[in-house]
Amino acid sequence: MLFGMLEIQRSLVDSIVAHARADHPDEACGVVAGSIESNRPERLVPMVNAVRCPTLYEFDSMDLLRLYREMDDRDEVPVVIYHSHPATQAYPSRTDIMQASEPDAHYVLVSIRETGPDEGPFEFRSFRIVDGEVTEEQIFIQD
Amino acid sequence: MSIEVRIPTILRPYTSGEKLVRAQGVTLEEILNDLELNYPGIGERLIDENGLRRFINIYVNDEDVRFLEGLQSVLGENDSITILPAVAGG
Repeated sequence: MLFGMLEIQRSLVDSIVAHARADHPDEACGVVAGSIESNRPERLVPMVNAVRCPTLYEFDSMDLLRLYREMDDRDEVPVVIYHSHPATQAYPSRTDIMQASEPDAHYVLVSIRETGPDEGPFEFRSFRIVDGEVTEEQIFIQD
Repeated sequence: MSIEVRIPTILRPYTSGEKLVRAQGVTLEEILNDLELNYPGIGERLIDENGLRRFINIYVNDEDVRFLEGLQSVLGENDSITILPAVAGG
């Protein structure tokens, strides 16, 4: 597995940012699943933020079970776990670090603090979060 | 009674990488205690002094145990357990 970088298609980036805008002012969240073999982000699965909050997110527990069953059936893993920060920088918060539970995932953060729900500049960054340690990685966007 | 337990990635270091393990017990609490006996350290990742940890989800078949009887949920022979950490943050 490659550490230190995330390769992702532009269409996926656009969809994640669109999700962040659509759920503004609450945090948006979801995963991009990919096959265990390729470990590349392929299938966008937007999730409902069960706590519907501008500063927190959590997948609903039943949605979470369905998601993991589905990924299991399809031999997929959560390659990317994303969420938005509507009003703060695209960097993992203390809560994000404490609750990170997928050591193999790319944690993608999108900030739309400049524009809110409108079109315009955004921040899109990716991190590994393992045992409380945050490591930012490079992102290669593929057209 | 031996029950199949599905272990999430983050806890597999306790089970030598095994994704599926078996544990003995009738109630969820007994099963988790048996898991701890065989895989020391895993128990405190699941339970604290207040019971099931806030950001750990445990399911009996398709039911979140919070909607059953929690740690006192009773399992039958063909039931299985899935453990999933919450996907959450701020």
